[in-house]
Amino acid sequence: MIQPTDSFEEIDSAVVRFAGDSGDGMQTVGERFTDSSAFAGNDIATLPDFPAEIRAPAGTLAGVSGFQLQFGNTKILTPGDEPDALVAMNPAALKSNIGDLPEGGMLVVNIDSFKSMNLKKAGYESNPLDDEEFRKKYHLIELDLTGLTKEALKESPLKPSDKVRCKNFFALGFMYYVYGRPLEPTLTFFEQKWGKRLPDLAEANSKVLKAGFNLGDTMETARNRYQVSKAPVQPGVYRKISGNEALVYGLVTASIKANRELLYSGYPITPASPVLEGLSQLKNFGVKCVQAEDEIAAMGVALGASFAGDLTVCATSGPGMCLKSEFIGLASITELPLIICNVQRGGPSTGLPTKTEQSDLLQALFSRHGDCPIPVIAAHSPSDCFDCAIEAVRIALTYMTPVILLSDLYVANGAEPWRVPNVSDIPVIENSFAKTEEEYVIYRRDSNTLARTQAIPGQVGLEHRIGGLEKGEDGGVSYDPDNHEEMSQLRAQKVAGIAKSLDPIEVQGKPEGDLLVIGWGGTYGAISSAATNLRDEGFSVSNIHLRHLNPLPDDLGDIMERFKKVIVPELNLGQLNLLLRAKYLVDVISYGKLQGKPFKVSELHEKFLEHLR
Amino acid sequence: MSTIITEENNLTKKDFVTPNDVRWCPGCGDYAILNAVQRTLPELGIPREQFVVVSGIGCSSRFPYYMNTYGFHTIHGRAPTVATGVKVANPDLSVWMITGDGDGLSIGANHLLHLLRRNLDINVLLFNNRIYGLTKGQYSPTSEVGKKTKSTPLGSVDHPINPLLFALGSEATFVARTTDTDMKHMIETFKAAQAHKGTSFVEVFQNCVIFNNKTFDSVTSRESKEDQVLSLEEGKPLIFGANKDKGIRLNGLDPEIVTLGDGIGHDDLLIHQPSNSNSAYANILAQMTYPAFPTPVGVLRKLDGRETYEDALIQQLKHAQSKDSDNLQELLIGQNSWVVEN
Repeated sequence: MIQPTDSFEEIDSAVVRFAGDSGDGMQTVGERFTDSSAFAGNDIATLPDFPAEIRAPAGTLAGVSGFQLQFGNTKILTPGDEPDALVAMNPAALKSNIGDLPEGGMLVVNIDSFKSMNLKKAGYESNPLDDEEFRKKYHLIELDLTGLTKEALKESPLKPSDKVRCKNFFALGFMYYVYGRPLEPTLTFFEQKWGKRLPDLAEANSKVLKAGFNLGDTMETARNRYQVSKAPVQPGVYRKISGNEALVYGLVTASIKANRELLYSGYPITPASPVLEGLSQLKNFGVKCVQAEDEIAAMGVALGASFAGDLTVCATSGPGMCLKSEFIGLASITELPLIICNVQRGGPSTGLPTKTEQSDLLQALFSRHGDCPIPVIAAHSPSDCFDCAIEAVRIALTYMTPVILLSDLYVANGAEPWRVPNVSDIPVIENSFAKTEEEYVIYRRDSNTLARTQAIPGQVGLEHRIGGLEKGEDGGVSYDPDNHEEMSQLRAQKVAGIAKSLDPIEVQGKPEGDLLVIGWGGTYGAISSAATNLRDEGFSVSNIHLRHLNPLPDDLGDIMERFKKVIVPELNLGQLNLLLRAKYLVDVISYGKLQGKPFKVSELHEKFLEHLR
Repeated sequence: MSTIITEENNLTKKDFVTPNDVRWCPGCGDYAILNAVQRTLPELGIPREQFVVVSGIGCSSRFPYYMNTYGFHTIHGRAPTVATGVKVANPDLSVWMITGDGDGLSIGANHLLHLLRRNLDINVLLFNNRIYGLTKGQYSPTSEVGKKTKSTPLGSVDHPINPLLFALGSEATFVARTTDTDMKHMIETFKAAQAHKGTSFVEVFQNCVIFNNKTFDSVTSRESKEDQVLSLEEGKPLIFGANKDKGIRLNGLDPEIVTLGDGIGHDDLLIHQPSNSNSAYANILAQMTYPAFPTPVGVLRKLDGRETYEDALIQQLKHAQSKDSDNLQELLIGQNSWVVEN
């Protein structure tokens, strides 16, 4: 074992990973550690990582659930490449995570679970904790979490089995000691969650948390404590927010700013279900939520409600997007506003339902039959989902079009601190309905946006019919060849014209140079960190991150021309790369990763360096 | 369905006719149904702008283009979902959904089931011609076993769906049948559908003159209808026949045809009670098919009192709005925020 020191070390950032059985409450302790770190004024980024099975057989590798977070005193953009400290609740958790822990890293294990049965389930032939090499390699802290928890709850009226389930909070309390985290936010959480309903449980968890913290204080081996001071941030009111939460709040905010009632229609699917659940909680904001019978129906309900004048939204993931395709085509030809959020996961088919990927970009752009361009935007971080929701609504209502908003599992489940905007500072989203007293021509277009005007059922004198058959300007069914070509062109020009409304691309680094990195979506943190590090090392590298994938911003072509090389890292086999090559005839370098995991900063650093030398 | 009737208006059939040319085949049963609907709507006391006609895909689904109301011709089988969206967005609208046997019972059966069980206040008219017309003559899910079509040269082997049983099985609160050959009956039935609060399911026997001509003639033709159609009237015994001398009696759980006289009177017959909360009776009626039994037309089932989906949904919103704040800023700040000072 590496000898601990007694010093209280000031560090800039730390990465902690909790790993255990999917029933061990690892996501819960991860969330609490995040809250506590946010409360301590650190910047944070999180990576929950759990299996698709709700409760795979206990103790097996398949059932391991993990939660990693990085917190620091500077801007934290990623949950970290590798943990500085790993908490392993059982042998399976140790086995599937130890490979990521660098030599000298802190390893906290629940010694009670290292029994022959569990070792066997994890595929260990002998106990790794008996191996001297292993013990020397890490800063090993062995805790009998089960026994310590039972001891702490001697007086508690809880059933013995319920007592043992509190052990995750013992581990959490211990880690709070090591990193000097405040206990208050977690104690408040216990009180809010269980105080009224299950006061004994709230009391027990509080006791166990404090016992874990106090153990650190009395335990010789834990004496190297770390301190991470506050991150310097803009003054304001902050909260922690996950991507799916931000999406929910963004949609509600946009509906209020657009003065349209919000109707959400969805079908449960990982990892988009929290959007359905989140909006269902907001009936006090007048949000209508329909849990439809399937993905197709969810889209139909949203389209019908859009026709009737509501602001309507669906959220789903890849398989659901496949099912919605035909309806998206109908939304396009009828030119009705609608938001379709795709929280991407690993595909194709059921694929990797609980792992992240960015492989639905081309699907978003091209999955309809016919020439059917749809605006596509992508969120780059948890809090960016809020801004993207508002941007998606702006585009949908301004241009009378369905809009696809891409998020991904990493962004959706990850969390970060968010400076809460002042609601009155968020601009109103302009939109209007046709006027009853004026002549109504269904497909007459605004000369600037090429958008048609919407009239809604109930408006006197504006009765009209829309549908999937091609129409002339007056809304009559038309099979005229020239009309079809003209209407197709108009729909395409309308979507392309959205580019005129976009702000110039923000280039991080110099506006010209050796290497330009182009990213989109949830890879922002890793790309930005790697590029910043290289710039600090003196390399000529700049990076841009695209929010708008269709249409692409007008200045993108010029920016690419100012660099010797362009590289596109993405969590797919080269989809944005294909788009850029096709549109700009630029010899873009593609760097894909398809492992269900986000990029590590180090692997991007290395790849960029390869092209800078 | 029963949308709020606002005021007297002087609408006539003409107000519901569009200038578009109607493009169904000459002689198609759809013309009669269109005529019946255009004659029904002006009599409902609902302003024209409150009507929305939603359809899927198929010959019948061209219907909205010929109605001078708000209309949405959607995609195959999915009309129930779009109609649901329209109704939830604005429950004051009078929503009419037009579908066919293929659109409603094959590709869209799932959605139809869910519409019926949710009991949205929508009128569903299912034009049943027992054939795929728009794709030029393949058998449909209501085609009889052995039906020879272009896709079943040796005869269909599928057991057909009985639309009324499907609706009853979905616990529809209003189930009726009418025929494109009887204008008066269609109008009466559509009015009854409109008067019902909840999803009203109406099967319309419709003749496809090109691909399945005279499919219902054995029941509805002038020559056969007296003996083959059982007209349902609430509170009246089940009597049929040119001489009104035949009736339906229950023998155990089975219906049987009896001749009146010889000791059998009206009191022995089943009395039509569509509001019976037990659906067994309506199921018995729905299973009475040609040639063993006369075919029932009219309202088989009409169950009042089940809350509609949209009313329940709006009720929850109102309750939440009366109880909890709708302060957006507070929502965004949440319960666990912290302040960073200058």
